[in-house]
Amino acid sequence: MTVVSIYGITGVLLFVMGVFGLMTQPHLLKKLLSLNIASAGVFLLMVALAYRGDKLDPVPHALVLTGIVISVSATAYAVALAARLQKITGSPTLEEPAVDEP
Amino acid sequence: MTSLDAWIPLLVLLTSFVTGVIILALGEHRVAARTALNLIGAVAKMGLVAMMLWGVFHGHEYQTRIPFLPGFDLVLRADGMTVLFSTLSAGLWLLTTIYAIGYLENSPFRRRFFGYFSFCVTATMGVSLAGNLVTFFLFYEMLTLTTYPLVVHRGNEKSIKAGTLYLAYTLGGSALFLVGMVWLYSIAGAFDFTETGVLSALPSSTHGSLVIIFFLFMLGAGVKAALFPLHAWLPSAMVAPAPVSALLHAVAVVKAGAFGMVRIVYDVFGIEFAETLQVLTPFMIMASFTILYGSARALVQDDFKKRLAFSTVSQVSYILLGITLFGPLGTVGGLVHLVHQGVMKITMFFAAGNIAETLHLHKISELKGVGRRMPLTMGAFSIAALGMIGVPPLAGFISKWYLGLGAVESGNNWVLLVLAASSLLNAAYFLPILRVAWFERPDRVWEERHARGWLEASWWLVIPPVVTALLTVLVGLFAGSDYSPLQWALLITGREY
Amino acid sequence: MIPVLQQPETWLVAIPALGAATTFAFREQGRRGVVSFVLAGIAISTAMTFAKLLLRGPYSHSIGGWVAPLGITWQIDGLAAAMILLTSLVGVMISRYALEYFGSSAEEQRQAAYFWPLWFFLLSGLYAIFLTADIFNWYVTLELSGLAAVGLITLSEKPQALTGSMRYLLIALCASLFYLLGVVFLYGEYGSLDLTTLAARIQPGSVTQVALALMTIGLIAKAALFPLHFWLPPAHANAPSPVSAALSALVVKAGFYILLRLQLVLWPVVSTRYLAIGLGALGAAAILWGSAQAIRQSRLKLLIAYSTVAQIGYLFIMFPLLHAGWAGDPLWASYAWAGGVYQALSHGLAKAALFLAAGVVIHAVGDDRLDSLRGLGEKLPLTATAMALAGISLMGIPPGAGFIAKWLLLSASVASGQWGWAVVMILGGLMAVGYLFRVYRRLLTARDVPVLHQPPRRMEAVALTLAILSLVFGLSSYPLFYLLRIGAPASVGLYLEGLP
Repeated sequence: MTVVSIYGITGVLLFVMGVFGLMTQPHLLKKLLSLNIASAGVFLLMVALAYRGDKLDPVPHALVLTGIVISVSATAYAVALAARLQKITGSPTLEEPAVDEP
Repeated sequence: MTSLDAWIPLLVLLTSFVTGVIILALGEHRVAARTALNLIGAVAKMGLVAMMLWGVFHGHEYQTRIPFLPGFDLVLRADGMTVLFSTLSAGLWLLTTIYAIGYLENSPFRRRFFGYFSFCVTATMGVSLAGNLVTFFLFYEMLTLTTYPLVVHRGNEKSIKAGTLYLAYTLGGSALFLVGMVWLYSIAGAFDFTETGVLSALPSSTHGSLVIIFFLFMLGAGVKAALFPLHAWLPSAMVAPAPVSALLHAVAVVKAGAFGMVRIVYDVFGIEFAETLQVLTPFMIMASFTILYGSARALVQDDFKKRLAFSTVSQVSYILLGITLFGPLGTVGGLVHLVHQGVMKITMFFAAGNIAETLHLHKISELKGVGRRMPLTMGAFSIAALGMIGVPPLAGFISKWYLGLGAVESGNNWVLLVLAASSLLNAAYFLPILRVAWFERPDRVWEERHARGWLEASWWLVIPPVVTALLTVLVGLFAGSDYSPLQWALLITGREY
Repeated sequence: MIPVLQQPETWLVAIPALGAATTFAFREQGRRGVVSFVLAGIAISTAMTFAKLLLRGPYSHSIGGWVAPLGITWQIDGLAAAMILLTSLVGVMISRYALEYFGSSAEEQRQAAYFWPLWFFLLSGLYAIFLTADIFNWYVTLELSGLAAVGLITLSEKPQALTGSMRYLLIALCASLFYLLGVVFLYGEYGSLDLTTLAARIQPGSVTQVALALMTIGLIAKAALFPLHFWLPPAHANAPSPVSAALSALVVKAGFYILLRLQLVLWPVVSTRYLAIGLGALGAAAILWGSAQAIRQSRLKLLIAYSTVAQIGYLFIMFPLLHAGWAGDPLWASYAWAGGVYQALSHGLAKAALFLAAGVVIHAVGDDRLDSLRGLGEKLPLTATAMALAGISLMGIPPGAGFIAKWLLLSASVASGQWGWAVVMILGGLMAVGYLFRVYRRLLTARDVPVLHQPPRRMEAVALTLAILSLVFGLSSYPLFYLLRIGAPASVGLYLEGLP
């Protein structure tokens, strides 16, 4: 088994774990962590693919950097939103708020 | 042909469309401006249609062609059938407008009423001017939608229910029509309505599909024409104000359905090709059944407008009967009845509306002695009723005469029995109304809604039924003259075989 | 000539982004100034992009002079231009509306201070999506517009809006990751992100199939195709009305647009009939499910949102029709393509009109319960008319633009003998009548209602204008078809080639 495929398979596994966590964890913070695990998996795969024989392909690195920037800012935003949500609804989950229609 | 001719069909539509838009834009209380606009629009349309009538008689071509989709144009065109139907619509629109102005005096939502009333007439004219199926369908749908606010005009629960029923039926019919249209175009490509039809050239492998398409079209149009068993919306739509019922029954919706059938049979399939496909007989049977069924139902209604509604169900099927009797004479009967039924039925609805509006009477059993209180109204009604029964020389007699000849010509002698039975039933449900109104003593003090003037009701309300009653007499009496509906029907029929 | 004048397409992205970055700095009056500047900029650059397209034919633009494979390429053809036209029309109209929507109270001005930057970022992201022909750049722009959209939903601060936006955010991020994973696989296999290069290199194979499947899952979640639509109704219904309009009219179309691009370029090589039929089946389910849900709603904006779920279904019925066309008569594929794109446009216009009209209703009576609509037709005739006209297009009745779309899709399915799709589309039209007339019926009910606040005329006028536009495009389809023909792929261009 080559190094590339070890990284690659790990990446895919991380992605699957992350998506699974996102779907099953009710707590918003855990959902966000799961998302981050999933994106780490995708980034890992991307880096692994940069290794093409002897040469290194620079493009995936640039992509990973872009991806990380997006992932960080999206996470920050999501955390802020989750905090806000807990403040207003009193719950850190996505259960329907008890407040009824206007 | 002058370049102006290409614009006339469009102008015919715009006279009422623009009127409608302006009326909706004006405030509710601009009564005088609205009345003036309505009358100007209606008279202008009459003028334009009269011009087309003259022009088509002298061989002019009126055609407006607007690119719509690649391969498909919207075509507005005046041919013999257009003129027959649009003369009827324009004439009766003018009268109904006059009537509605009087009828709705001081009632709410008049802005909305007259706005959609104008759109409704635009759609009817569009149906009559449509030169191909897409155009026909466009206006057919516009008619459905613009009539809805008129049906639910009163805005109470009953009228909303009636409106929902109306929509469920008519749009269901439209869906059938749409499927048929898409299917037909995928087989035959784009084409315009053509006298004697266009489909006979198609290879015989398509004939199976064409039969199904024919049924889709006829049932789609049959909903509007209130063909049994697709008629239930019509009696329930009677909750609408009288001018709407008048328009619905005589000109707009049921007539558009009947006119659609005419177009499908003659100008899409072609009567001779339809006969080859053997699709006419099922509809002849349906029409015959509807004629008897409608009459039988009318017989047991005590509600005045309901009785008229079932009578419409019955009478409109005369048109379909005429179409499906293969042979020129049957065609003449069907086409001429398109006009005659309109003129007679609108008279009856005007009269019923007058009685309801002036005396607040809605049931036939309440009409005792109404003839003395409202002689002009009841007189007009009586003429129309006798016409419907088929008393010579009134309009209905001419229709029935040609239908009978057509039945014999096409070898369907049993249809004569249907006609005879139907006439008896007509007599059985109309004559009692006349007896009650003329020969019985009033059993109540009239509940007058308005102070009585020198006429039996406001002249806005009296003039329209008197005029249409006169027309009922004239089109029958002068059926042989050049511009009579009968002559037009003969002219059209000559081109279809 | 100055180089920047020759590249109006870059302005489309740059001007809203610039506006977004500067509106922060201004208070009410200054903000109005920036908005006017941005709207004028959008109008001018849209017009110039069109002029350039008409003069030069389809063209591509390498950003910053960096050519593919290293740089990012934009491609402007008729399809991109049509989407840009929709975005500009709806975007400008929504902006005009929003200027009135946010009143001058301190609270509303605070909302406006957040609305404008996010809204302009959203517009900028959407333009970038429609211009791009690079699979990674689509990921970036999807995230840009997605985050801006989430932020916009939260503006109303209702608990339902917050949960709705949170759910939307999670779905959007997850969908993006699916898409990105697919991109990674494609890049690993073919070493390019540029769509044109990829098209030349792509081969059938399991990696390609997995990659396209992952991308498709991500994109249909973004486009809210059944059964991944569950996030849409709460998010769209609880957002402020101009935002609802933007989300339903434009944002969901972005996912569809990318999928369509991939379909046109990559899929003819590798797509299977079953994948296409699967998408179509989901579309059919969306039509039936969305319409059935819309019929059950008791709130106007939820009804409209479920109608979006249904209308999106029509877009996906296009895929099996395309596939049947490629396998059989290319004319069918070209019907389906023209019809699908027309559906995206007509739905955008009509749905924006409907949501904006709903916003007027909320402004006038304070809530959007369907029963609050009783008797409102007489009080707000312009808004009622806007709802009626927009509905004509959604029901697929002529002369609505939706009729042209459905006519072409129906023609494709009937001509190719796939009656199932036709039946579903016809049923969908009837069900649309069912849910829309629940609205109209109440508008026409006779009842004397108190109108709490007379809405600004301009809000009503904007909704009406969009509704009228949805009919204008239904009466004359030629302008849009001439546009679509420019650079249309040969696999779908047959019908439009027949234009005079």
